[in-house]
Amino acid sequence: MERIEVRVRQGFADPAGVAALHDLRLAGLNASSVRVHQVYFVKRLMDAARAARDVLVDPVLEERGSGGEGVAVSVSKRPGVMDPSEASVLRALRALGERPTRVVTAKTYWIVADASPEEIAAAVGRSLANAVIEEITPGEAPEPREALPATLSRPVSDLGLSRRAQAVLEAENIETIGDLVALSEADLLALKSVFPISLEEVAEGLRAEGVPVEAVGNTLRTVDRAPRVPNVPLAGLSDDELLATSRKYVLALNLHEMHAIRDHFRGLGRAPRLGELETIAQTWSEHCKHKTLTGPIDYTEDGRTERISNLLKETIFASTQELARDWCVSVFKDNAGIVRFDDEHDVCFKVETHNHPSAIEPYGGAGTGIGGVIRDILGTGLGAKPVANTDVFCFGPLDTKEIPDGVLHPLRVMRGVVAGVRDYGNRMGIPTVNGTVCFDPRYLGNPLVYCGTVGILPRGMHEKAARPGDRIVVLGGRTGRDGIHGATFSSETLHDESDTVSGGAVQIGNAIEEKKVLDALLRARDKGLFTAVTDCGAGGLSSAIGEMGAETGAEVWLERAPLKYMGLNPVEIWISEAQERMVVSVPAEQLDELLRLCAAEDVEATAIGFFTDTKRLLVKHYEDVIVDLSMEFLHDGLPKVPRRAEWTPSPPPPPEPPLPPRERLLAILSDGNTCSKEWIIRQYDHEVQAGSAVKPLVGPDGKGPSDAAVVVPVLGKRKGVAIGCGISPKLGDEDPYRMAIWVVDEAIRNVVAVGADPARIALLDNFSWGNCNDPEVLGAMVRAAKGCRDAALLFGAPFISGKDSLNNEFKGGKGTIRIPHTLLVSALGIVDDVTKCVTSDLKRAGSKLVLVGSGKPDPQVMRDVASAIRSGRVRACHDLSEGGLAVAIAEMAIGGGLGGRIRFDGDLFEEAPSRFLLEVSEDVGIGAVVGEVTKAPLLDFGGGFEVTLAEARDAFLVWERLL
Amino acid sequence: MTRVLVVRAAGTNCDRETAHAFAAVGGNPETRHVNELLAEPALLREYRILVFPGGFSYGDDIAAGRVFATELRQRAVPEIERLVADGGLVLGICNGFQVLVKTGLLPGGEGQVVTLAHNDSHRYQDEWVPLHVATDKSFLAKGERFLFPIAHAEGKLVASDETLDRLEENGQLVLRYARNPNGSLRDVAGMCDRTGRILGLMPHPERHLEPWHHPTWTRNGLAAEPDGLRFFQQAIAAVS
Repeated sequence: MERIEVRVRQGFADPAGVAALHDLRLAGLNASSVRVHQVYFVKRLMDAARAARDVLVDPVLEERGSGGEGVAVSVSKRPGVMDPSEASVLRALRALGERPTRVVTAKTYWIVADASPEEIAAAVGRSLANAVIEEITPGEAPEPREALPATLSRPVSDLGLSRRAQAVLEAENIETIGDLVALSEADLLALKSVFPISLEEVAEGLRAEGVPVEAVGNTLRTVDRAPRVPNVPLAGLSDDELLATSRKYVLALNLHEMHAIRDHFRGLGRAPRLGELETIAQTWSEHCKHKTLTGPIDYTEDGRTERISNLLKETIFASTQELARDWCVSVFKDNAGIVRFDDEHDVCFKVETHNHPSAIEPYGGAGTGIGGVIRDILGTGLGAKPVANTDVFCFGPLDTKEIPDGVLHPLRVMRGVVAGVRDYGNRMGIPTVNGTVCFDPRYLGNPLVYCGTVGILPRGMHEKAARPGDRIVVLGGRTGRDGIHGATFSSETLHDESDTVSGGAVQIGNAIEEKKVLDALLRARDKGLFTAVTDCGAGGLSSAIGEMGAETGAEVWLERAPLKYMGLNPVEIWISEAQERMVVSVPAEQLDELLRLCAAEDVEATAIGFFTDTKRLLVKHYEDVIVDLSMEFLHDGLPKVPRRAEWTPSPPPPPEPPLPPRERLLAILSDGNTCSKEWIIRQYDHEVQAGSAVKPLVGPDGKGPSDAAVVVPVLGKRKGVAIGCGISPKLGDEDPYRMAIWVVDEAIRNVVAVGADPARIALLDNFSWGNCNDPEVLGAMVRAAKGCRDAALLFGAPFISGKDSLNNEFKGGKGTIRIPHTLLVSALGIVDDVTKCVTSDLKRAGSKLVLVGSGKPDPQVMRDVASAIRSGRVRACHDLSEGGLAVAIAEMAIGGGLGGRIRFDGDLFEEAPSRFLLEVSEDVGIGAVVGEVTKAPLLDFGGGFEVTLAEARDAFLVWERLL
Repeated sequence: MTRVLVVRAAGTNCDRETAHAFAAVGGNPETRHVNELLAEPALLREYRILVFPGGFSYGDDIAAGRVFATELRQRAVPEIERLVADGGLVLGICNGFQVLVKTGLLPGGEGQVVTLAHNDSHRYQDEWVPLHVATDKSFLAKGERFLFPIAHAEGKLVASDETLDRLEENGQLVLRYARNPNGSLRDVAGMCDRTGRILGLMPHPERHLEPWHHPTWTRNGLAAEPDGLRFFQQAIAAVS
C-alpha cells in the first residue's frame, strides 16, 4: 500500500496537537508538546505525489513528511472497524482519475513528555484512543494488516489468465485475488474492455481456485455458502441445558421463553434452526418488546397486592386514552409519537437511550445513539424530516478519583459522548437545541445517554402498510459483523469485561451516509415511491422485516443483501445491525424509479425479497432455508410470566446541615447538575435549518440558561415547537412516584416558561432502571409509572411515546452498582407565534419580580403564566428548580447582566413544583411581588445575604476553567 | 427573476434555508445535486448566481471542503470562471467558503494560497458574531455591519504575510470580525476574488433572515429588516 504521511509545517501551530496535549494533560501526563501526523495508506495508487499535492496535503499549512520530536505513538482502527473517512478519500482520489480500492487511515502522535515511552503510550490509551476499537502502536504507524482469507491473499498469477490479462492486471497494480474481488463495478467494466474473457469467465476462474464468487450483472459478488448454519435441537434438554443454550448463542432468553420455543418446535416436529432462534431472541428481547413494562406484574404496596396485566397500558397509555386529545395523531404505535402541528403538518418526537455502547466507547456509542433516534424519525409514518435534537446525559462526578476496572473516567466519557453527539448531529444538519446533564457516583460504571429527535411530516402521512407483492428494499449502510447482538447486549447488565466480550456491539457511525439516506428517503416519500418504511435498528434485518411484514408475511433472499466484506454467514447477515440503513416496501412498478432516485443520490439500494400474504417469515440464502416461522408465533408467542414488584417507603435520609446561604448559593451554582453547560452547547450547531427562535443560551452575552428551546420547523412561518425536559434522579431514592410528578411538572414548566401553550403539550417518558428481576427495583418503576399517569391527567398533557432501558447496573470487583432510578420526561409544546416568546435573562432595572405558584403541582399556575406571557407584560420568566428561588434569580441575573433585590420570607432554596419567577413590566394579576431588578450587579436577599454578580457568574461558569 | 443555483453534495445541510433566503429577496432559486453539475457543467449557463451552501460535504474528511473542491476542480471550474466572466456571482457560505478556497477560486488565479484551518479553540463553535464590510470590492456596501452566527470548526483564515498584504491591498479581505471568534488572521470573516464576483464567508447570513433569529430579540425587540435580508438583497442587486 502507498503511504502518505501529512504533518503541519514547522512554524505553524498544530491545533490538533494542542487539543491532544490538553487531553493528555487531563489524563495525568506531564507533556509539553504534541504534534499530530495524519497517515493515509492507499491501495492501488498510481501517482502518490499528485494525490498528496492535489488532495491530501493542504498547501498552505501542511507538508508530506515523517519523523518528529519526542516519542511517537500511533493509533489506527482495528481491522473490521468502519472508518467513515475511507469513502470520502476514495471519492476524492477517483476525481483525480485514480482507481484505488482501499484506504486506511492512522494518526501518529509525536509527544514530548517527562515520562517513559510506556507511560506515554498508556496516557494515549487513557485519553486519545480506545482499545475497544483502536490499536495503539509504539512508534510510527505500521502498514495495516490485511484480514483476508488465505485464498484472497494469493497472487492473481495463480488464476491461469492469459499473458495479456496478466499484464493488464499488473499495470493496474492488482496483485492479489483479493484486489481483484474488491474492485468496483465500474473498474471491472473498465478492465473487462481489455480483458479477453467475460466477467462470467473471471468468476469461473476464481471459483476454480476456491474463491466463492459469482458474476451478478456487471459485478462480482461473493457467495458464502459455507459455513452452513446448524440446527439447534432443544427436545429433551433439561432446564439447565436450555439456559446454557440461551447463553451459548447470546440469546438473552429466559427459561419460560426457552420452554415456549421448545414447545412450539415440538409441535412442528423439528428442531429450530439457529436463524430462527436468533430471530425469536431479537424479536422477544427486552430492547424490542419491552416485556417488563408490558408484561404482568404482581405489585405489593402497604401490604396489599394487585395484579397489573400490562403496566404501560394501565398507567401511562391509559392516561393518554382518558385525555383523548384530538390533536394526538398517533400514540405509542409508531417509532415516535405524532401530534398535529398546523393545517399542513404534523410533528413527531422520540427519545432513545444508548447507554451500554456509550459506556464502552463513548464517542461511537453516543454517535450511533443519535444516529439511531434520527432513523426512528425517518421511519415514523411514511418518513418525517428531523428538525431538532435533544440530549440528556448522566455521568459519574467529574472529579471522581477512584475508577473501577473496566470503567472509563467520567471526564473521558463526557468528552467522548459530547463529541459523538456533536459530530453526528452537526453533520446531519439537525440543530441540537435542548438537554441537560446529571451527576451521581452510581453512574460511574453505567452512564446514561438519552438522545431525542423532533421531526415534521405532511399531514396524512402517518399511516403506512406494506402490501403483499411490495418489494423489500434496503437502502443505505452495508452489513458487517460489527452489529451483531446489539439488541440482546443492550438487554444485559454491564460488567468489568464488557469491553472485551462485547466490543462487537460497538459500531462507528457514519453521519454522511445517514444524511444521504435522509435526502434520498424524503425525496422518494414525496414522490410516493414506497408504502411503508422502517429503520433498521438493533436486530438488523430480522427485526425490521419481521415487524414490517407482521400482518402480511415476507420472503427474503439474503444472498442479495449488500455486505461490507466476505465471510459473513447467513444468520449474521440476517441479525447484524447496520447503521445508516432503512427498509422500505416498494410497489413492483415503482422499484425502478426508486432505485434510480437512490443512485442519483449515491445511496445504495437493493431489493432483497418481497412481502407475501402467507403470514410467514421465510428467509433464504440461495436454496438454504434460514428461517421459516409463522408471524403469529414470532410476534404473539412470547409467554407472559408475572413478575413480582414491591415498594416499601424508605425513611428520608437525615438532611445534611445546610451551608450558610452565601456559600450554599455559590455551591449550587457551581455544582455539575446546575452549572452552565455552555462548553457542551456551543459545540452543537443549534442554528442550522434557520428555525431557532429561543436559543439554549440567552442574554446579551449568551451566558444565561434557557428553560427550553423554541424552533420554527417550517421556513417563513412563525409557528414553533418548544422542547424541554425534566429529570431528577436524586428524588427517586426517596419516592419514585414523587419523582415522576416532579419531572413531569419540570418538563411542562420549562416549555411554559418560554411561551408554550399548556393545552398543547405532549410528553415522552424514558425509564432507565436497574435490574427489574429485583422486586424492589420493579416496584420503584411501578410507582414511577403511576406518578406519570397521575401527573399527565392532572396537567392534561398526554404521553405520546416512550422507551425503557433496563438492567442499568455495573458488576465490578466490589459488587454491583445500580444506577439511581432515572426517569426522563421530555415535553413538546406548541407556540402559535414565536414572537410572543420570552427568555429567562433579566431585561431592565426597576422591573418588579413576581413569584408565581404555591409549591403544589398546579395546572392553573401553568395557564396563568402562559396567559401572562401572552399579554406581553412579562419581560423574563424562569422556572424554580434546583436551588429554588435563590438559584432562579441568580441565573436570570447572570443571563441579563443585571442585579436583583429579593425580599422573601419563605425558604429561598425550597425546591417545590409549579413555581416561576417573572420579571414584569406592569402588574400581571398573579403571584406575589418578591423584589425588583437592579442596575447594581448584586444579588441582595436581605439580612446580609449578598452575592455579587461576578461571584455568581464565576461559580456558574465553572466549566470554563475545568474543561 | 434572477436564477440562482444552490449546489448540494453528500453532507450539505444548509441548502434549504439558503434557497429560501434567495426566494425571500425575490430570486428564483433551484437546488441541484453536485452529480448533475459534474455530469453537465454547462448547465451553469442557465444561472446568474451560483451558491455553495454550508454543511459538511463528504464529512469534512481530509479537511473541510477538500473532497468537494477536488471534484469541482477536475470538472467544473472552467464553467464557474465563465459564469464570473459573464457578470454572474459565486457565493460560498461556511463549507461553501472552504470549498471555494480549496479549489483556488478564492482568492483566484494562483491555486490554493489561502486556507481555513482549525479554530484556535480546536472546537466546533456556534455563536453570533458582529462583522463589518471593510472594502467596496464585492457586492456588499463598504461600511455595512452585520450580526450573523458562525457554526464551524475550521474557520481560521491562514495565509502567508505576503499573500495577506497583497489581498489587503487589492481590497479582497472584504469581511472582518469585530470580535474575532476563531483566531482568523487579520480578523477575516470573508473574502472575494480579484473581480469581486466570487465571495466566500464563514458566518451564516441565511440564519438571520427573520427578526426572531436575532440572539437578543427578546430584549431589544424585532428588527424591521434583519441583517441577512440586506445581505441577500445586495447579492441579487449585483446581477440585476
